[in-house]
Amino acid sequence: MGSMVEGKKRSILKVFKRKSIGNRISPVNNILINLFFIMCSIVCIAPILLIIAISFTDEKVLLVKGYNFFPEKYSVKAYDYVITAGDTIWRAYGVSILVTLLGTVLSLMVICLYAYPLSRQSFKYRNFFSFFAYFTMIFGGGLVPWYMVYTQLIPIKNTIWVMIVPYLMNAWYMMIMRTFFKTTIHESIIESAKIDGAGEFRIFFVIVLPLCRAGLATIGLFCTLGYWNDWWLPLMFITEHRLYNIQYLMYQTLNSIQYLVSGSAQFAESAKILAELPSESARMAIAVLSIGPIIFAYPFFQKYFVKGLTIGAVKG
Amino acid sequence: MMQIKQGNTTIIKPSVNKGFLYELKNNWQLFVMLIPGVIILIINNYIPMFGIVIAFKRYRFHGSFINSIIQSEWNGFKNFEFFFKTPYAFQITRNTILYNLAFILLGLVIPVAFAIMLNEITNKRTSKVYQSVMFLPYFLSWIIVSYLAYSFFSIENGFLNRTILASLGMEPVKWYFEPKYWPFIIMFFQLWKYTGYNTVVYLASISGIDNEYYEAAEIDGASKWHQIWYITIPLLRSLMIIMTLLAVGRIFNADFGLFYHVPRNSGQLYPVTDVIDTYVYRALRNTNNISMAAAAGTYQAVVGCITVFTANFIVRKIDRDKALF
Repeated sequence: MGSMVEGKKRSILKVFKRKSIGNRISPVNNILINLFFIMCSIVCIAPILLIIAISFTDEKVLLVKGYNFFPEKYSVKAYDYVITAGDTIWRAYGVSILVTLLGTVLSLMVICLYAYPLSRQSFKYRNFFSFFAYFTMIFGGGLVPWYMVYTQLIPIKNTIWVMIVPYLMNAWYMMIMRTFFKTTIHESIIESAKIDGAGEFRIFFVIVLPLCRAGLATIGLFCTLGYWNDWWLPLMFITEHRLYNIQYLMYQTLNSIQYLVSGSAQFAESAKILAELPSESARMAIAVLSIGPIIFAYPFFQKYFVKGLTIGAVKG
Repeated sequence: MMQIKQGNTTIIKPSVNKGFLYELKNNWQLFVMLIPGVIILIINNYIPMFGIVIAFKRYRFHGSFINSIIQSEWNGFKNFEFFFKTPYAFQITRNTILYNLAFILLGLVIPVAFAIMLNEITNKRTSKVYQSVMFLPYFLSWIIVSYLAYSFFSIENGFLNRTILASLGMEPVKWYFEPKYWPFIIMFFQLWKYTGYNTVVYLASISGIDNEYYEAAEIDGASKWHQIWYITIPLLRSLMIIMTLLAVGRIFNADFGLFYHVPRNSGQLYPVTDVIDTYVYRALRNTNNISMAAAAGTYQAVVGCITVFTANFIVRKIDRDKALF
């Protein structure tokens, strides 16, 4: 009797826990694996902690002792300086925010509008347009012609648009979104809306998009991360100081000392930045401030990234 | 549009016989939706594809882009000849391929091992914490990574020189001028950034495996090792092959940020850090050698395209659904 109850309990347990008790690894192995991952976690997080520590280190201590995890003297001067005197930094921050917001909204629109017709079984040319997008993932013209297009053909060099337009369409995200539409929206919903007299645009904006909020969030976060972390487009196309985004500003400030020493062509430009940002700890403070929003949004990122990965893996 | 009644369900079939104009008239709204994407793809991807002719010309600026292309004289394969005669052609190809091979191998073995171990941890909540922490580096830009690297490797103030080596009584190392350390540093940061991400991908696949397999194996007396070796790995094999082949397809493309920002574009390190992407960038922007940059870029694009097609062909043979096209 007792053993039967016990057995029942265990089978219920099995439903809730993925592994039965007997199939677990031994406690010793469990501890070893845990220790191993604690080490890995430290390796992953330590460099970030180091730059945070540096940003809070007193400048004089920094010069005497170098970078350290546990500074002898703490100071918030770097942040004070960055927040009050760093006009350049707030500008760059503003550019980053503007580009990220505008870029995310626009590229979500472009991607969704492209993905939706391709998800429709009744759209005859969906294979052609799918291939039209896929092909860009396989073959490209290389850096030089691409550079020429944005500097000569459509001269948007040194404008905010050059940091947005090249990333508006992404074939991979488009594929994920198409799969999302395909699996979420049944053709019969669209048919019935059509019978009720709704046009395609109305169906798309009023019925389809609200049903696909999770997909929008996933792709939206992909785009946000892409735009926020972008340094490639400013590196290629932005020479004007006032249009630097936060990533590119960091790149320039890390290199400024090197440039001064080597006396390169960008000497004058670097000197200007260096005069405004003299301290080592201030540089690290900018880096910390640029990671800030990512850490803040991290729980969302994680949730939707994994979702996006699993959707992306199931190709429709 | 044809509707075929089949029992209670209606199957909607696209009309087969009607032409493009009919479709355009009937579904014009769907075509309108495609317009923004098509325009961006044409500007960003298709026009540059035709721009490949630059590699076969002596490119000179003549006003507009199209005019420059038309006016520049043909140069045949001279640009390529010139490029392949430089010692860099071999160096950057070797670096690109060797690093990618290392990344492919390590990017397969380590994440799979990590995913299997994480899956075995008894306490699921701690497992989630490890995943979150190890996933974090994926979200940082290469600029930030170059800052992190700099805080360790900085010659004057770096943590390694000032704290670790000093406390061991060793001489400081000029990290940014010593090529011999960099293959390891590059590989470390690549793994540091992407291991968490790849682990999560494999872990998602492992947690999709039906638990009954393991229960049955346990009843038959299979040890943990046997279960991993005969159940988990065979069930992961298709994902492992796909991920690997997709990476093999991109073996000619290097991550510009990793090779440019992390070594801080230090000239002394080029023998071990210069890859095709960084070479093309410098030829275009720093030395302003457009023909050479175009030749190297085209070489990369064409060979890269061949490897993608080959890899995709193999993926198709293994698992049709996972193929890119």
